[in-house]
Amino acid sequence: MKDQTLKQQITEMATRYPATRSAVMPALHLAQAHYGYLTQDAMAEVAEYLHLPRVTVLEIATFYSLFHTRPVGKYHLQLCTNLSCMLLGAERLQRHLEQQLDIRCGETTADGRFTLTAVECLGACEMAPVMQLNDDYCGHLNEQRLAEMLQTLQEEPNRKPENGPPSS
Amino acid sequence: MYEQVLLLEKRDSEYQDLAGYRLVGGYSALSSTLRDSTPEQLIDLVKEAKLRGRGGAGFPTGLKWSFVPKGSASAKWLLCNADEGEPGTFKDRIIMEQTPHLLLEGMILAAYAIGAAKAYIYIRGEYVTAIRRLEREIQACLQAGLLGKNILGSGFDLDIYLHRGAGAYICGEETALIESLEGNRGQPRFKPPFPAVSGFYKGPTVVNNVETLACVPPIVQRGADWFRSIGSEKCPGPKLYCLSGHVKRPGLYELPMGISLRELVEQHAGGTHSGKKIKAVIPGGISAALLPEPALDIAMDFDALSAAGTMLGSAGVIVMDESTCMVRVAHRIIEFFHHESCGKCTPCREGLAWVEQMLRRIEDGEAKSGDLESMERLYGNIEGNTFCLLGDGAVMALRGVVKNFRHEFIERIQQGGRAA
Repeated sequence: MKDQTLKQQITEMATRYPATRSAVMPALHLAQAHYGYLTQDAMAEVAEYLHLPRVTVLEIATFYSLFHTRPVGKYHLQLCTNLSCMLLGAERLQRHLEQQLDIRCGETTADGRFTLTAVECLGACEMAPVMQLNDDYCGHLNEQRLAEMLQTLQEEPNRKPENGPPSS
Repeated sequence: MYEQVLLLEKRDSEYQDLAGYRLVGGYSALSSTLRDSTPEQLIDLVKEAKLRGRGGAGFPTGLKWSFVPKGSASAKWLLCNADEGEPGTFKDRIIMEQTPHLLLEGMILAAYAIGAAKAYIYIRGEYVTAIRRLEREIQACLQAGLLGKNILGSGFDLDIYLHRGAGAYICGEETALIESLEGNRGQPRFKPPFPAVSGFYKGPTVVNNVETLACVPPIVQRGADWFRSIGSEKCPGPKLYCLSGHVKRPGLYELPMGISLRELVEQHAGGTHSGKKIKAVIPGGISAALLPEPALDIAMDFDALSAAGTMLGSAGVIVMDESTCMVRVAHRIIEFFHHESCGKCTPCREGLAWVEQMLRRIEDGEAKSGDLESMERLYGNIEGNTFCLLGDGAVMALRGVVKNFRHEFIERIQQGGRAA
């Protein structure tokens, strides 16, 4: 799968469904992994390979919160602020991260390194407060863990998310 | 107590892969079924076991399977709803991460029962670890002849594909899931027609929750009588409970239905972490109305909770101690529902926007006397007037908070400003 071009990956993906249009979501995941985020050109490519109108692809890309039509930092810190995490201090941790990174929630640091987002329930409430860092879940968060994490990420410029994004 | 069958992790940790799963009898249910039973007999077995769906609605699974028209020549579809998004819920994630084959075997059996040759697991996009493990184990099944053509020489074909979600709670609603899988925005359809009659690309479709499907191999292996010997008569079988919030021991618990919420929270989960009194508990994910502390002796099952005006739902049990501000809780809950509204139905889209604004005004001290009653007048405009139950869940949740802690809202309105 990884040796194929984006076009080959998307075309192969489409064969798993009874109709090509069903592949628009996996195609957008693939294009986003390929380009970093969904640029206008990336969405146009998806539309071309799946024989869909561009506006249809845009319609899907803008409905789902995991599809980003604007650039995202190298490290995307997605902090859950839903009920169980809120009960265990997520709001305090959000303010702490905003302070540490000197950005507000929803923003990216000037060096393009970190994006901070508040997200809804990640389905890992047993380890609340939880954050998803790129693909990885980080739980039992507190200020100290966050400080260690940020330090590690600052010191390892070449750290890649483990194993890359899933293929589907 | 009985031997756990859904949470194998407590005995050993190596059940993730095919070899490990087989060591505990995995796939013996499938091979005996394909060898000795017809699809109709399998449906009857699941009916006899009285398995009720574990996604939230508690609908009888065997009955749902039997709605698929038998004589129909159209392709049938099995969709596994792994879009677990109800806040407070994490049982499906843990099943998929720790014992993916329990789900896969359950799916192959379900597909056999309804005559599906293709199945999809619609899995929420954030569950990357589970996605990778399922991908790997599906490949292992293909290589072992447990998926693909002519499974175990039976003549039954099945392919299972993963479909990765992209962050939309509404796609956990079965018709929105189908829409999303067709490549549309995840906006619910009106029912009827029900998916079993007209679902994925208008074909007969069954949508089942992960935990529901995971119950099927044990039912086949151990029998309907065994399943019914656990729990209560109308709510049999092992159940997974997700404990979170202000508890000492958050986590996943496998226990029968019918135990009291108090026993679950205080004995099994150790009561509050802080040592403070319990103030209230949400029994079934945030769509379920909370129960104040005095009501905790209620039985955890579909029917008892429903009769009490709440629900077992996804069994997402969220514990709140005395330090909890209920105005904040109400606001955060409605903020979630408003955020996740797909936008299709005006009562939900606009109604929740208004309710959220009113709660924000109350919380920020900008409300005046009469505002609480205005907000309550909106409930009837939202519930029952939409294509799906997102709006209804929001109203049920909010009603539960205000009914039990009205004084906090009134105080906040009278005082103005945030509590210290």
